[in-house]
Amino acid sequence: MSLEIPLTPISHPTIGASGKTGTWRTSKPIINYDKCKDCLICWMYCPESSIIRTEKDKVLIEYDYCKGCGICANVCPFKAIDMIEEE
Amino acid sequence: MAQTLTITGNHAAAYGAKLSKVQFISAYPITPQTVIVERLAQMVENGELNAKFVRVESEHSALAACIGAAAAGLRTFTATSSHGLAYMHEMIIWTAGARLPIVMPVVTRAYAPPWSIWSEHTDLLLERDTGWIIFMAENNQEVLDTIIQAYKIAENENVLLPVMIGMDAFILSHTTTPVEIPDQELVDNFLTQETRRAFLLDPNNPITHGSMTYPDWYMEFRYLLYKAMINAKSVIKDTAEQWRKLTGRYYGDLIDCYRCSDADITMITIGASAGDAKEATDILRSEGYKTGVIRLRVLRPFPDKELREATKNSKLILVVDRNLSPGIGGILLHEIKGAYQTIKKQPLIHGFITGLGGRDITLQNFITMFKRGYEILEKNEEPGLEWINLRKEVL
Amino acid sequence: MTSIRELPREEYLLPGTAACPGCGFTIGLRMALKALGPKVIMVVPAGCTSIIQSPYPYTSIGVPLLNIAFAAAAATASGITQALEYKGDKETTVLVWAGDGGTADIGIQALSGAAERGENFIYVCYDNEAYMNTGIQRSGATPFGAWTTTTWTGKKEFKKDIPMIMAAHRIPYVATASIAYPIDFYDKLKKAKTHKGLKYLHLHAPCPPGWKIPTDKTVEIAKLAVETGLWPLYEIENGEFRLTGPSKILIDKNRRKPVESYIKMQGRFSNMTDEDIKILQEWIDKQWEQYAEMLKQRK
Repeated sequence: MSLEIPLTPISHPTIGASGKTGTWRTSKPIINYDKCKDCLICWMYCPESSIIRTEKDKVLIEYDYCKGCGICANVCPFKAIDMIEEE
Repeated sequence: MAQTLTITGNHAAAYGAKLSKVQFISAYPITPQTVIVERLAQMVENGELNAKFVRVESEHSALAACIGAAAAGLRTFTATSSHGLAYMHEMIIWTAGARLPIVMPVVTRAYAPPWSIWSEHTDLLLERDTGWIIFMAENNQEVLDTIIQAYKIAENENVLLPVMIGMDAFILSHTTTPVEIPDQELVDNFLTQETRRAFLLDPNNPITHGSMTYPDWYMEFRYLLYKAMINAKSVIKDTAEQWRKLTGRYYGDLIDCYRCSDADITMITIGASAGDAKEATDILRSEGYKTGVIRLRVLRPFPDKELREATKNSKLILVVDRNLSPGIGGILLHEIKGAYQTIKKQPLIHGFITGLGGRDITLQNFITMFKRGYEILEKNEEPGLEWINLRKEVL
Repeated sequence: MTSIRELPREEYLLPGTAACPGCGFTIGLRMALKALGPKVIMVVPAGCTSIIQSPYPYTSIGVPLLNIAFAAAAATASGITQALEYKGDKETTVLVWAGDGGTADIGIQALSGAAERGENFIYVCYDNEAYMNTGIQRSGATPFGAWTTTTWTGKKEFKKDIPMIMAAHRIPYVATASIAYPIDFYDKLKKAKTHKGLKYLHLHAPCPPGWKIPTDKTVEIAKLAVETGLWPLYEIENGEFRLTGPSKILIDKNRRKPVESYIKMQGRFSNMTDEDIKILQEWIDKQWEQYAEMLKQRK
């Protein structure tokens, strides 16, 4: 059986390249859609590209990769995101 | 029409690059390499060579720029010497690991302190563990021819390794001899214009090169490099044969054996002074001594099998090292000793260190060294290491 | 100024990187790739970005990326840029993404050479103000008073002013930016792309572990750096200096928040005495007098 590897280390773009980084979280952002005004500011700031901007410009959190840093909750002008402690 | 020009080794190197239609050149001046770069700058600016020429601010940057250009798909060229080579060292290692087929003449020059611009081989040999294929030329024609052959070898899909070509400071770099400049058409047919590559930076196919690689994968990449060096041996031999058919010129495959097949004492050395060693052999043969010379044309991949085969009949091997590895002695001596470890009937191996800092190794020195070899055999002396042509006061 | 909705949707920084939670510069990288992607080739010297890409055989970066040795970024980028020109590719941008270590210190020689030669690429220095990837050692860009693992009682020297050094090379475009103002950064990158020659952008990027700040305060602290005037947002385009975004009004000393508010939020400055903070405040005020001079000279 031959091993298929490139001659020199070449890596391919992959979502979750460092694994399901959502498991790193100790607290989890929850969007309160009553308060959310679709300003997209949380989407703009997320360091993990883990806030999804839908076609209709709504936002939802991609929990598989969200590391729970809390920046989204901090920047939201309407305080529409709460950080909830996780197990 | 092939023409013969009377030119220096440096100019010959520039012609080698030009005929190979290199597309990117980036180099930093250092005596005695400077003229290679100056001549190529002229060729680019007067339209003789269609290449990008980047006048970087250091040797480290010179090779880094070549790495960038090669990764983006161009055939690249640089050149350096001594301290420039040392400064470049980090990127030399990088080039081999990235499997980029860059070709680089190295004008071999002594290291400082003290400052010396004259020939010695320590600088080239210091790079022997980097994964570059290493040639050393004997004359200006070989410099030109080997640069062209180097691209064919480097870009071969079973090799994909960078190539260094050593050439003695001043003895070759600045000495004028007749050199035949092959036809561009001949070289075009010999070298394909499409460079094969291990990877390419291309927005249509995004990849990351050189990511952090954990211990569970790193070793395999080094094995592939090791294997490529093994593959290189046959590619180097085939390429030399092909060049012989096209031009009639041949410098040996991995080694250049001169009257070595039936020699009692074979001298092994590298570079321009092999020519003097060969002349000494002729003189001694005419006096009834069965001597021979092997010039190592290629240092990496190391021609261990080829050496053992060529010295089958030799009782004594003399190694002439124009370099020094303090703490162990001559670098070639120890590499060559290693080559004979695998056989039962080992020849005696004795080493000489000479010619450091550009001190001339004269024809008489070579005759003396051969005669010393006979003395060792006759007196049943223990072979070792000695310095030739050193001031006696310092001993 | 681009509106938030106009920012491209495509993500070229893929989720699931190896970055620390709350990492500042990944905010900038995500924005830079939106501004320049997908026809962009990245050159990344040793630093945090070398690691956050994720290990072989996967990468979190959706554009071609060449990792390279620490000191070599600008030279390598020069080679790639020339190769693209040789091949007739007029569309692809070359982007160096280097840390403050690879820019202000070990990489400055190659950067200076590339600037002098007028090499045609964009160089972004993401400045988290220390050698963060190797564990928070001080760099030439570490600010006065900051704790690092090689300045336990706080750095005694002031920060090397790289943007002004680059401006002295007379390159067509120099700018400072902050991850707190991503659209300002995005617009500056778009503007940089229209120039030929070396374009240099210096991006302020807080680092939670290195600055000893909570992970959710990254953007808030970056904003404060700008609001105190410690981190001015400006651009120098064809030699003309101008302040941008929220920095424009800070020419008025009274509009600048006291730097103490910025210092007190970060664990790395806990060594600083009131005297140190006063020295820093005076230094900031002096910098702004110089900016005022530069603006006056323009007229």
